[in-house]
Amino acid sequence: MAFLSIHDVSMDFPIKGTGRFRALDSISIDVGKNEFVCLIGHSGCGKSTLLNLIAGLLLPTSGSISCEQKPVRGPGPDRAMVFQSHALLPWMTCYENVHLAVKQVFDRSLSATAIKDKAEQALKLVRLDHAMQKYPFEISGGMKQRVGLARALAVEPRILLLDEPFGALDALTRASLQDELVRLVESIRSTVVMVTHDVDEAILLGDRVVMMTNGPAARIGDVLDVALPRPRDRLTLAASPEYAGYRQYLLKFLYQIQGIALE
Amino acid sequence: MAFFVIFIVVWQGLTAGGPANTTGVDPEYARLAGQSAAATPSAAIPTPGAVAKRGWELLRTAFDDSNPNNLGIAWHLLRSLGRVLLGFVLALVVAVPLGFVLGLFPYLYRAANPFIQVLRPISPLAWMPLALYTFRDSSVSAIFIIFICALWPMLLNTVVGVATVRQEWINVSRVFGLDTFQHVTRIVFPACVPMIMTGMRISIGIAWFVIVAAEMVGAQSGIGYFIWNEWNNLQIASMIVAIVLIGLVGLGLDSGLAWIGRTLSFRE
Repeated sequence: MAFLSIHDVSMDFPIKGTGRFRALDSISIDVGKNEFVCLIGHSGCGKSTLLNLIAGLLLPTSGSISCEQKPVRGPGPDRAMVFQSHALLPWMTCYENVHLAVKQVFDRSLSATAIKDKAEQALKLVRLDHAMQKYPFEISGGMKQRVGLARALAVEPRILLLDEPFGALDALTRASLQDELVRLVESIRSTVVMVTHDVDEAILLGDRVVMMTNGPAARIGDVLDVALPRPRDRLTLAASPEYAGYRQYLLKFLYQIQGIALE
Repeated sequence: MAFFVIFIVVWQGLTAGGPANTTGVDPEYARLAGQSAAATPSAAIPTPGAVAKRGWELLRTAFDDSNPNNLGIAWHLLRSLGRVLLGFVLALVVAVPLGFVLGLFPYLYRAANPFIQVLRPISPLAWMPLALYTFRDSSVSAIFIIFICALWPMLLNTVVGVATVRQEWINVSRVFGLDTFQHVTRIVFPACVPMIMTGMRISIGIAWFVIVAAEMVGAQSGIGYFIWNEWNNLQIASMIVAIVLIGLVGLGLDSGLAWIGRTLSFRE
């Protein structure tokens, strides 16, 4: 039995009147323990909806999702999420943002000092210990995303959910954060599901890339196993023929099979 | 500044017409009233100079309380401010918790909304006779009127603020499993502070409007009473001084709350 099992999940949204909009149609994926799965597809194909379903922020119209054999009935810190819009609380410092989450999850099991240490450790892990007492408006977009990552890692989730975490960043910041994520994932060996629309990001980070067809009623179009050895390095990969092959395979799916004609 | 100078010059030009503007004393009345008739001030709009002179007199004796029938203008302003602040704080204490409850439970808001929509457009002064009859005290009535008029903007702004907290912050709260108390105190309340502060600014502005009228109707003190009393004495210059002071105090109240709002609100 898989660690995270998504079985025949469909998602409808009600639209004005009596109509329904089918966003996802019969999606089934199994994610193994410590596996890094990337969901890729064009905008509006429902990848974020699928991630929200795993998080429990939405409940599926039909089908079932279970994490460690327990059905997902709602959100919880065992499936911590890093949001596309960083979603830091602007009235709290970086430390307080992380501390709020850690305290909520470990309040019963750990002492106040241990909770404080855990929050600080998480910020150290993303190399932000120098900015702990800063407010989100005082730091850059890349740093905000690192705080969001620290907050999610600090609660020691069973699965880490990443919703296009680097989508709003410039290319250079994005690359350095991807490298950071490669390092973190290899050190903590966590199960990760990540939504992205960046082909290179998916190959660099993923063990498996799940390709979704265009909405409405998006399905799984294809799945690519990325058999590149870890640790992966962006420069070495750029010269590797396997990498080029994976890249071409994904690009072909996105722009030829699922190409969107601009009206 | 230039605008202010032009305004004063125009005012001077319009009012300095001399005795032609002043109403002559009816000779019949003069005979009956004797000396006092001649001392009746003219009903014409006074010149800026006359207003400035009167303003200086009023400010010099602003804190004079030697004659209870002729209190200094500062006492009147402070009485008005006291009533406004008391009514405002009472309204705040009711509006914010009630707004939270209505904002967090939309079905309660839907149930309460018709009552709010009927009560809200009632001019606060329409309550005045009923308040006077009920409380038998002009000061309590004025505070009640302020409470009523200050309540709605703060209540509705709190409801809207609570009901429109950004989905991403709510998602954070849900994903990390915040309990209801933490959710309200650490997420919803800080997120609503800007909306609540805006409601408070609107409320204090309306309250400062309304206190003048409320005191004209019933009170025995306060800046509204002062203006009405000076009008009965045909002291036009005093009225103008009071009007200017009302504007300045209103500006002070608004900028004070704006400053508090900026200090308490989060930055992005």
